[in-house]
Amino acid sequence: MFQDRKQIILSFFFLVCGIYALRLFYLQVIDDTYHTIGSTGALKKEVQIPLRGQIYDRNGKLLVANVDVYDMYVTPYKVKQMDTTTFCRLFNITRTYFDSTMAVAKSYSRNRATLFLRQLSKEDYARVADAMVSFPGFTFELSFFRTYPARTMANALGYIGEISKKAYEAQEVEYYRSGDYIGITGLEKQYEMELRGRRGVKFTMMNVHGENKGSYSNGEYDTLAVIGKNLFTTVDVEVQQLADSLFAGKTGCAVAIEPRTGEILAMGSYPYYDPNILSGKQFAKNFKELYRNPDKPLNDRVATGFFRPGSTFKLVQALVGLQLGSITPETFFVCGNAPVKCHGHPSGDLHNGVRYSCNPYFYNVFRKTMSMTSETNPFKAAPIMLSKWHDMVEKFGYGQKLGIDLPSESSGLLPNVKYYDKRYGSNQWKFSNIYSLSIGEGEVSVNMLKMANLAATIANRGYWVTPHLVRGIGQNGKGVAPEYREIHKTDIDPRHFEAIIGGMQDAVERGTVGGGAGIVEGIAICGKTGTSQNKKGKDNSIFIAFAPRYNPKIAIAVMVQNAGFGGSVAAPIATLMIEKYLKRKIERTAIKERMLNLSIKTVEAMAAGANAKPIPVLTPESTSKPTPAAPVAPTKPQKESAKPVKTTFIKPKDENINTTK
Amino acid sequence: MARDIDIREGIDWTTVWLYAALVLFGWLNIYAAVYNPENPITIFSTSHNAGKQLLFISSTFVLILIILFVDYKVYDSFAYIFYGFVILLLIATIFLATEIKGSRSWIKLGSTFSLQPAEFSKIFTALALARFLSTQGVNISKFRDAIVAGLLVFVPPIIIILQKETGSALTFAAFIAVFYREGLPGIYPALGIALAILFVLVLFFNKFYVVAGLAVACGLFWYMFLKRYERTRQNLIRLGGVFVIASAFVFGVKFFTTNVLQPHQQKRIQVLVNPDSDPLGAGWNVTQSRVAISSGGVIGKGYLQGTQTKFDFVPEQSTDFIFCTVGEEWGFLGSVIVILIFAALLNRIINLAEKQRSKFSRIYGYCVASILFFHLFVNIGMTIGLMPVIGIPLPFLSYGGSSLWSFTILLFIFLKLDAHRSYKV
Repeated sequence: MFQDRKQIILSFFFLVCGIYALRLFYLQVIDDTYHTIGSTGALKKEVQIPLRGQIYDRNGKLLVANVDVYDMYVTPYKVKQMDTTTFCRLFNITRTYFDSTMAVAKSYSRNRATLFLRQLSKEDYARVADAMVSFPGFTFELSFFRTYPARTMANALGYIGEISKKAYEAQEVEYYRSGDYIGITGLEKQYEMELRGRRGVKFTMMNVHGENKGSYSNGEYDTLAVIGKNLFTTVDVEVQQLADSLFAGKTGCAVAIEPRTGEILAMGSYPYYDPNILSGKQFAKNFKELYRNPDKPLNDRVATGFFRPGSTFKLVQALVGLQLGSITPETFFVCGNAPVKCHGHPSGDLHNGVRYSCNPYFYNVFRKTMSMTSETNPFKAAPIMLSKWHDMVEKFGYGQKLGIDLPSESSGLLPNVKYYDKRYGSNQWKFSNIYSLSIGEGEVSVNMLKMANLAATIANRGYWVTPHLVRGIGQNGKGVAPEYREIHKTDIDPRHFEAIIGGMQDAVERGTVGGGAGIVEGIAICGKTGTSQNKKGKDNSIFIAFAPRYNPKIAIAVMVQNAGFGGSVAAPIATLMIEKYLKRKIERTAIKERMLNLSIKTVEAMAAGANAKPIPVLTPESTSKPTPAAPVAPTKPQKESAKPVKTTFIKPKDENINTTK
Repeated sequence: MARDIDIREGIDWTTVWLYAALVLFGWLNIYAAVYNPENPITIFSTSHNAGKQLLFISSTFVLILIILFVDYKVYDSFAYIFYGFVILLLIATIFLATEIKGSRSWIKLGSTFSLQPAEFSKIFTALALARFLSTQGVNISKFRDAIVAGLLVFVPPIIIILQKETGSALTFAAFIAVFYREGLPGIYPALGIALAILFVLVLFFNKFYVVAGLAVACGLFWYMFLKRYERTRQNLIRLGGVFVIASAFVFGVKFFTTNVLQPHQQKRIQVLVNPDSDPLGAGWNVTQSRVAISSGGVIGKGYLQGTQTKFDFVPEQSTDFIFCTVGEEWGFLGSVIVILIFAALLNRIINLAEKQRSKFSRIYGYCVASILFFHLFVNIGMTIGLMPVIGIPLPFLSYGGSSLWSFTILLFIFLKLDAHRSYKV
């Protein structure tokens, strides 16, 4: 039945195939509308990399800028017989480098330009320009690298580098090509999207000989490059540079916040290194040395470190105790009679306890707080009260990220009931297992950003604003996420603060900060020392403070590793920074001198002994030596869309920042 | 066991080689489509489509082996069960699917792998249809049987349209060829073609011109083709009826394309008529694919030497627009060879189908040929600007696990049935 229909169906199939073949014949053989493209054979896609945005401090001083350099490309088939030795000497490269890079370029394409040498300075370019006549096939493209005129904040600013293979493959929309630069850490990473701008694309038609035949389709498909947006940070570069110099020879960190806004005024992690040493040139060599240094300069101690808060945590204990009603400002505890030792001072009330940082006092505060329940079984009372305590302390930002605009921030640890249940077993622990929390030792761990935030919270009498580094993006300075204006309220009533703030002022003026090292004329500084125990060696010296007492302008946390008592090193540094910020000058020159010349080796550095190399510094020689391009992953020529901005180095007013001996 | 045969002898190797040629050529072209001279990667790198397609191709060997070693009677006996299962799967997909480009047709299996049940539903619809039409006493020219067969074919695309995957749903129109072969009066496909022509005319011309043209055509028909004695009052009424229905269709199409179709679908139809109306928007694919194919010339630019199909000039390069790469890099010769291979494959399948002793196998064979043809018809037609942009893959060549697997299963079930053709199912 219906066998004849087979022929009809097949004929229909063949008819369509035939029509399509005819159509193809028309399109591909007869119609020559598009053959111009077909015969030229090449449509060249030229990518225009825009200038990366610059970064400024709060007063408009440049922190990060671009320097224009030249990248050299080679087109193998254009290269004639040449004097390789002269060439290598001219560019200060080895013969091996020349041969291997050339081989890679040839294997990539004989007709296309391959990156040969990265980042020749303008001076070098001028020097070699005449000689290049005898070396056809080598071309130069304008490019840029990052420079840091203020020479500070290396870790917070971060650096840029070639995109990693992982990041390259992970991108959802293919934007970066291998070999492209991308922010790797710090603000450069956090604000990559804003800083990078938008890359332009230009399509040009080439004939078979590679000659430019004009733009394709009258530039209909081209896009213009858009320069990256500038970042306006909250940092005060003068305070920052003072911190850099005060930390000479020391390890630790300092961070200052404007309490009302959460704006970060200074943020330094030490040992100091010049961010310029990680900018393109000699990146690999310097990075390796920094990485190997026993003091780990690449670790950002402010936002990512893990430290014990030490006695500074007593302020939190006092506030929670006041709020829960376990103590009043008048509560009197006798020194002694506690498993924590006292430093020898008169017994007294809360003010007195803060002033002298009395360990037994705060042991008793925490003990009373933990017993604020009708439950009499200590194994049941402890979890009930700890969870209450935990909820209140958490509101200060402990045990969680504060949300600073940096890509890596540590949460720290604020132990909760679950934590101790896991450690000791459910209902197997009581106050005596956790009392070291009372003085900021034991399981609690923080970074210094949280401690500065505590100072800011006390300065604000009960709230904090998410700390942040950037307050404006681009021309109009808008575009900062609203979460950086968010106010976080703690559970503590404002009225409870005055009792401890008075103690804090006395601690600075006639308490734990000895010898008047914290007294700045005309400024009421309220502070708290901390001496956090360190398993490996001498205690870490910690000091948090805010000033002035009324209408505070700055809150600060300083930590100096293995420097011992908090009042001796951290407090002078912090108060000097406060002085600089509020008075714009340093009057206490004797204290400053003492701090500049004080050198404290960390346990790690001492353990490494003579093997420890000093931190590399920027040498004038290293700026003129071109860096050989990585002989892998050649990239196509890139062009600048705009002239880079001229920059001059900001000389810090306080010298000495380059010596880290 | 007496009925067992050696599958290596029973299988039609000609078809297998044609299939292999298309799959291999597709893989090479997928590599060319994703190949970036600035960032060359190997054809085996699974971070790109070419490497993934190789994985899909390798996995089809397993599928083929399973199909060939399962008892051939399974496909007949379980046809309805398979069909019921796939209907449930299609419905479930609407709820389980994650939305991709507006359509809810992909089921995620694990984190990286997703499956499109719509692609597989064609196979099981074909099996169920073959089963039904081969049932004793069923006759497609009978109204009741035609309705049942129509429903079998009509239900899956309805669900697929609910998944917003109109392209895949459209492919079920291919079954009309099977109905025709099995005895559906020729007037229906002829009517279908006539309406399609009318549809295209409406798109290109003002509806009133079309209606006027229809009137002229009717008048000419009346005076030139009908003999004097045929010009009866009754025939005049009939012709008038045809004219009225055709005119209603014309206005209906206009209404449909301007009011019922989604704006993006309207645009696709618009750019078919005039690609320059929106060269950077909806006309982009059409213009670019035409430019790419056209620039290939007679012998093409050479493998991996294409420029138009790079830089994402043509979107969906390795999937729906893979034929562009063929056209650009292999030129007229390459494109025509691909079409010839397809023609040879269709010819082979239909001839094999006619040799079947079992009605079931024959009908299924026609289903396979029709489905392959329809995809070829729409896909290549769209890349060369003769069809609107409808997102369906080119069988065996396009990138994609679901489509490669479903076409492979579709074809190899037929080869399995064919291997046993001496035994009536």
